[in-house]
Amino acid sequence: MRPLPVGEHGLLIELDSAEEVEALHAELLRRAADGALPPLREIVPAARTVLLDGLADPRGLLAELAAWDIPPIGAGDRPAVEIPVRYDGPDLADVAALWDCTADEVVRRHSATEFRVAFCGFAPGFGYLTGLPEPLHVPRRDTPRTKVPVGSVALAGPYTGVYPRSSPGGWQLIGTTDTVLWDPRREPAALLAPGTRVRFVPRETT
Amino acid sequence: MTDRAFSVVRAGALTTVQDLGRPGHAHLGVPRAGALDEPAHRLANRLVGNPASAAALETTLTGCALRLRTATTVAVTGAPCPVTVDGRPAPWGAPLRVPAGAVLDVGPATHGLRSHLAFAGGIDTEPVLGSRSADLLSGLGPDPLTEGAVLPLGAPYGPAAGADAVPHPGPVTELVLPFLPGPRDAWFTAAGLHTLATGRFRVSPASNRIGLRTEGPPLERSRGGELPSEGMPLGALQVPPDGLPVLFLHDHPTTGGYPVVGVVPERHLAPAAQAVPGTPVRFVRMR
Repeated sequence: MRPLPVGEHGLLIELDSAEEVEALHAELLRRAADGALPPLREIVPAARTVLLDGLADPRGLLAELAAWDIPPIGAGDRPAVEIPVRYDGPDLADVAALWDCTADEVVRRHSATEFRVAFCGFAPGFGYLTGLPEPLHVPRRDTPRTKVPVGSVALAGPYTGVYPRSSPGGWQLIGTTDTVLWDPRREPAALLAPGTRVRFVPRETT
Repeated sequence: MTDRAFSVVRAGALTTVQDLGRPGHAHLGVPRAGALDEPAHRLANRLVGNPASAAALETTLTGCALRLRTATTVAVTGAPCPVTVDGRPAPWGAPLRVPAGAVLDVGPATHGLRSHLAFAGGIDTEPVLGSRSADLLSGLGPDPLTEGAVLPLGAPYGPAAGADAVPHPGPVTELVLPFLPGPRDAWFTAAGLHTLATGRFRVSPASNRIGLRTEGPPLERSRGGELPSEGMPLGALQVPPDGLPVLFLHDHPTTGGYPVVGVVPERHLAPAAQAVPGTPVRFVRMR
């Protein structure tokens, strides 16, 4: 665990793996729920870091952090969120070529994987989902699309994700879902908050 | 539609509804948003008897004009500008009673960039995640004003607390931004950090509510490549591959993949909201 200063009221804690990030984030949320964390404005997990912002005394928390016993992440007690997907994306054949398998096999492998939301960013409700084994990591498109349709299920690097709204994007599109990822009138607004387990369920294309 | 409302006669270059923003949702990818010149926003609300959290308008350079459907107390702060009611001059930086049906014109900024316009009772559009702020990056909150749009006002809170004197900001001839190094200053060479602390930068015309972009000497990096995505605080000086620092303002993305060389504390950000393109920028290391 390597803490880095962020202005007057922040700490960026760098860790060695996505699993360690998730474990520290879970511990921070536990302590926040127990009222055992000093008041702060934001806890932002990311690929290898957790940002703590809006702390009155970052040094004080830093000293305390070093003594924490952080349990590794378990399987989780809540059931995985299931997202029905039509595997009809325009890049499905390209991903099959990158994985050196058939399109049906891409569907099988993607839907057999249990993902976890490592962190969010890019747009409200856009979760970066980890879980694919390293040989299945794919590059972004050489030329990003100016418009990716809402609900597109996509791959890039170690991540899979679902576009919560139409936006430009360079990820490989393998499918589509009707599930609403982000609705600010809903509680919670984001279906995929950090730490959520996710499974994609194939649906027949129509 | 209730009479407690105003209609937009002239929307201006970019006029948005802003309050103190929606902090606490960065982990879901939701920017903070909120008034860029927060002291000016708070002052405008205080002048009309609102709590600081009430929603007001933030204009950009060219102001805006509105027709009030009901007699309303308003106040304009931030960038100084000519204020008129039905064409007659009215005070800037003071509570002003606008009669029903009258047109309030907040003119172009004489210096500075953003004026903040509060109404007794505040703007009463529907909150999103606890805030009425427009967030230009993610599209949350009310759309920027358009001509003909009608926005509702809340019931007045009570008499204004008033103010003995309103600071009238002088022209921003140089934007001085104190910063604390980190978290990724180690990604830059000593020469690159020296460039940041001594270089002559200017505010780029590509600046917006997401970031104040700069033009000037690029910062030399000690390592190439991208950084895995990480949390970006308000006031972060993010350095994209062109080497020119971008000061992240209220609509900034919550995570990003370029190194942050330093962070400007929030209390020093209000002048950045008022710096027009071309303004010289100096970064001053705080320790």
